[in-house]
Amino acid sequence: MTEDRSFTKIQELTYELRVRDAMVADVITVRPKQAIHDLRDMMRDKGFSGSPVVDKGKVVGLISIEDFIKCLAQGEMDVLIEQKMTRDPVTLYADEPLVHAVKKFDQYGFGRFPVIERNGRKLVGILTKGDIIKCLLKKLEVEYHEEEIHRYRASHIFEDIVADKTNLVLRYDITGKDFDRAGQAASELKKALHRLGIQPEIVRRIAIAAFEAEINIIVFTDGGQLSISVCSERITITASDSGPGIADIEQAMQPSFSTAPDWIREMGFGAGMGLCNIKNCTDEMNLVSEVGKGTTLEAVVYLNGKS
Amino acid sequence: MTLEEISRTIEAEVITGQDSLKTEVRIGCASDLMSDVLAFAKPDAILLTGLANRQVVYTADVADIHAICFIRGKRPDEETIKLAEQKGQVLMTTRLPMFVSCGRLFKNGLTGLGYLDISKRNDRG
Repeated sequence: MTEDRSFTKIQELTYELRVRDAMVADVITVRPKQAIHDLRDMMRDKGFSGSPVVDKGKVVGLISIEDFIKCLAQGEMDVLIEQKMTRDPVTLYADEPLVHAVKKFDQYGFGRFPVIERNGRKLVGILTKGDIIKCLLKKLEVEYHEEEIHRYRASHIFEDIVADKTNLVLRYDITGKDFDRAGQAASELKKALHRLGIQPEIVRRIAIAAFEAEINIIVFTDGGQLSISVCSERITITASDSGPGIADIEQAMQPSFSTAPDWIREMGFGAGMGLCNIKNCTDEMNLVSEVGKGTTLEAVVYLNGKS
Repeated sequence: MTLEEISRTIEAEVITGQDSLKTEVRIGCASDLMSDVLAFAKPDAILLTGLANRQVVYTADVADIHAICFIRGKRPDEETIKLAEQKGQVLMTTRLPMFVSCGRLFKNGLTGLGYLDISKRNDRG
């Protein structure tokens, strides 16, 4: 199963990465009018095994170590490169996905492809199979490292700390009628949950539910608390206030039912969607209220799917 | 569409976030009702709105939206702009009205949220 997954991952990367990411940009080139014997020095000094033949910036051919050996065997060391090179070689564009390059290696069986710009066809690099493998390994290593850091953040609290049960509580005090700051708690909470390494989609659901709960406390009460309890299997949002309470909870839960004053509607809220939004973003929601005493809303999101 | 293309299409002035104009946006979301934005918006959308208060920035942040365009020449106050900078958001403003802004963007390839299953919300509500 692991093998299957990593195969898919590499396939995915070959679509994501471009030829430019894998190629070697520092290319040794030769000119068509140079003699074959010039290649001898290059082989010795630079470990040459094949090189694009470039005339006026354009790739006109490819000369390989095999071509050189043939010339050596036949004593043709003074012949010009243009007579022995492979003409009009197959090239790759720098902006092509790497998967195209992989296909071309399979299709032609060549050891290398010159890489050119799509516009102007200028030579910008060279690509071998080895370059592709190096690039993929490097990318996999970087992604693995990122994943490791990401996971470490979460495990730092929920795995490294040894206890029978670990529970992290974030509490935000909400001031009633302070609309200017409305949304601040939800926004800060979102940042905190990201740092804890919670999955982005779950962070988003919690933040949306918390935002609506925060707005409700600000609009309808003189203040209250928003607390978020995080443990390894679930996140629980509790919003509590000692405000006026809700007389008819069933009615309050109806979409579009609202008792919000006009000023809050002008601010873009108060359309009666708040409680529905909370319910839709979370796996469980419970609302308890007593007129004159206050309201407590509890909503739960399970971290590993619904329990 | 990139944010740069969007600002050109609806003649919008970029208020903050010049560095992020190459960012690709898939979806447009137009609303003055922040609860609807929270309920329906998809990540990586641009929000077009006639509201220009701080809650728009908070709403976008919570809903994973990183670009906001104010319509009809609206412009948020300095504190809101600062908040958007902190949250890494791009703000722009266009003199065009909402309908025309959306129309131009849609014509140029930006899509909407598609069909929304509002009944689902009612069932559960």
